Formats: sequence, structure tokens, C-alpha cells
Amino acid sequence: MGENGLVAIYRDDGIVLRTHKLGEADRIVTVLARKSGRIRAVAKGVRRTKSRFGARLEPFTHVDLLLYTGRSLDVITQAETLRPYGEQLAADYPRYTTGTAMLETAEKLTPVEKEPAMRQFLLLVGGLRALGEGGHDPRLVLDAFLLRSLAVAGYAPALEECAVCGTTALQAAPSGGLRAFGLASGGLTCQNCRAPGSATPALGTVALMVALLRGDWDHADASERRHQVECSGLTAAYLQWHLEHSIRSLKHVEHA
Amino acid sequence: MYEGVVQDLIDELGQLPGVGPKGAQRIAFYLLSADPIDVKRLAAVLVEVTERVKFCRVCFNVAEDDECRICKDVRRDPSVICVVEEPKDVAAIEKIREFRGRYHVLGGAISPIDGVGPDDLRIRELMTRLADGAVTEIILATDPNLEGEATATYLARLIKPIGLRVTRPASGLPVGGELEYADEVTLGRAFEGRRLVDV
Repeated sequence: MGENGLVAIYRDDGIVLRTHKLGEADRIVTVLARKSGRIRAVAKGVRRTKSRFGARLEPFTHVDLLLYTGRSLDVITQAETLRPYGEQLAADYPRYTTGTAMLETAEKLTPVEKEPAMRQFLLLVGGLRALGEGGHDPRLVLDAFLLRSLAVAGYAPALEECAVCGTTALQAAPSGGLRAFGLASGGLTCQNCRAPGSATPALGTVALMVALLRGDWDHADASERRHQVECSGLTAAYLQWHLEHSIRSLKHVEHA
Repeated sequence: MYEGVVQDLIDELGQLPGVGPKGAQRIAFYLLSADPIDVKRLAAVLVEVTERVKFCRVCFNVAEDDECRICKDVRRDPSVICVVEEPKDVAAIEKIREFRGRYHVLGGAISPIDGVGPDDLRIRELMTRLADGAVTEIILATDPNLEGEATATYLARLIKPIGLRVTRPASGLPVGGELEYADEVTLGRAFEGRRLVDV
């Protein structure tokens, strides 16, 4: 409870995921916050040119917020920028579209409001920082973020053992190895457990997926383009199958 | 719940942006108590606007004919096109009485999270307008928010190789505001775009 004993005031920092227009000059701002998880709050007057919030509540901004709990939506009373990732990203179209897909995925993977999602928050901060710094191909940053987000949500694809029977790659080697990738199966399977319609990704693609999950950037950066393209396709399909939602931004992602 | 047509009116008014159920009820009862001549005039304007107003075939601003009054005005400079998101942005820029060129209304901004990509905007039509070589400058006056900036970046990348001058209105401190309340991005832009003071 706040000082006046009636209104609950709280402070948290988070990344602005998206905004919706509300009424004449307000916006509903969706934030993935460090402690509170995904929150939706009203920013009053933010669309006016003289708003005290200015550009602080634009998507991609890492902000420190002071809010009070409302009846249906919370209300933002103060906002301070910690890091404006959007400024860099909007000036580079492929990175902007990549970043948008990351924001939408983070939103879809936190379906329940105010349920703490610290690991998802830290992943998003790390992903946006990597995207902004430009040290890696945006496609790789996006796929690393998607694969790790799935892992955090409990949907990590099985890449080193059969998703169905648990046979390791070494054990499966005599009978053809782990070559089939099934969306419904949960990753790679041995030939015995292969589901109809499974893909057969190249070994280099599987190695790239493992590297992205582990954060082995030396391997990922050196990977071949065809493996990167196949990895993006598999990751996007796997994500959308498990989310049971399409990620609208993914089809607009432009690769440099 | 009210009877028949009164409830229909409340329901229809409730569809308008920013009007909730209570507001719709208040407007409905105001109309019922107002002078019937005034109400009929409002109804006539509503019918007329749906029948007569369309989009200009050149710039996609709202117009009463095939072309809007700006596109028809021969005194407007055809070598400069100001690209905006919505027709209401045209009205805002016209109010300053500084700009003498023409417009192009995109119909929104690129927002992948809302499923809006470049193909959903009138970008192809803009590129067609640039094909005849009469245009020398494009002003990208999309909103100074993230979607607007990204749209401007996309358009600049498309238009610059043609060899046109591509500009964007300045961003910075609002006149009448106070410096300490400016956010870091706005203040940063204001410093980046600072100008010499002529005395």
C-alpha cells in the first residue's frame, strides 16, 4: 500500500513491448517488467507533443517506472529511460523488424499478466542489447532469442537425444542417427520414433541450433548461410506450433 | 435498455471512437431534446459525407472529386512531396501555411507487431508518382514515434537510390516546454540538430 493507505503504488523496470492508442491522447503501454512480469498500464497524455513522458514509453525502451494499481489497468505516474534501444533499431529496417518479432514473442510467451517472468525479461534485455550492438547477424540473434525463450517456457527442442525415447545421438548412430525433426514430437527423433511429416535438417543446421541454445557465438557466427536459413525456418515453425499462435511480425522480418 | 429506435441510436453512437455506453446515452438524449432542424442538418451532413467524400486518386487525401483541392491547385509546387501517415496530418501541416508542395498519404505506418507491413501502405503508389522525374525532394513527415521512424527509414532506403533529396522534419524541444522535462531521446535529437544563432 502507498503512503495514503488507499492506492497501491509500485516501482519496477521493464521493456516496453507495444502500445495501443486510448481515447484522445493516452496510450495503453504493455511492459515486460523485471519483477512484475507483463503489465498493461495507462500513460495519460503521452501522445501530446508536450507530454512529460516524451519518447520514454516507445516500444524497445528499457524504462524505470512508478505506477499505481488501477481497477482494471495500472497507471504510469513517472518514467525514466534506462536504455532507449528503439532509437538505434528504427534507423536500421532489418534490425527493427527483427526486434519487433522479439517483442511480440516475449508478449505471447507471457500470457498471464503480473506473473513474474524474470528469465524471459533478462533474455529480452540481452537480445535487444545484442541486436543494438550489431556484433552478430540479426537473424542469428533472433533465432537464439526464440530458442532460448522456448527453453525458458519449457519447450526447449530436443537436439542431442531423441525427443520421444531419449536415445542419445551416439546410441542412435548405427541405425541412422537423430535425423528427423518433428514439431509435435518436440525436436529431433531417431528413425524408430520418426513422425510422419518430419523435416530432415542438415547436420550443420542442428549444430547451429545447439550453438544458439548454448550461446556458442563463435560457432554460430561462422555457420553457413544455408544452415542459418534452415535454422530460422525450423525455429519459427517450432515456436508457432508450441505457442498455438502465429507471430505476426515474423513474416515481416527482413534479412539483411 | 430503451425501446426500439432509441436503443438503436445509442448502440450506433456507442460504435464511435472514444464514446462509451454512458456517453452514447447522453448524446442520444441530447439529440432527442435538440431542435429537430439541427438534428436533421447533422443527419444530412452524415449522409452527404459518406456519399461525396472519397480518396484523392493522386495523393490519397480525402477529397470530394477524383483529385483533392491540393492536387488540383496549379500554384502548388509539384517538385516537393510531403509523405504523411493520415489525412489529418495533411490538415496539421496545412495549418502552418509554410509548405507549398504536395502530399502523399500512406494510410498508416509500418508496424509488424500489428501485422502492417510495407505492402499494406500506399508505397507502391508513391514510387509510381516519382517515376516521371518531376519530383526533386521528398519530405518524410511520418509521426516521430518508433513506427513512424521505421517507416521513414524504409522509405529513405527505397527513394535515395533514385537520386532524390530526402528530408525529415526536425525533432527536438517543444516550444513553450521546459528543458528538464525533456526525455533523453528528444533532448539528444535537439542537440544533434542545433543551429547557429544569428544576431
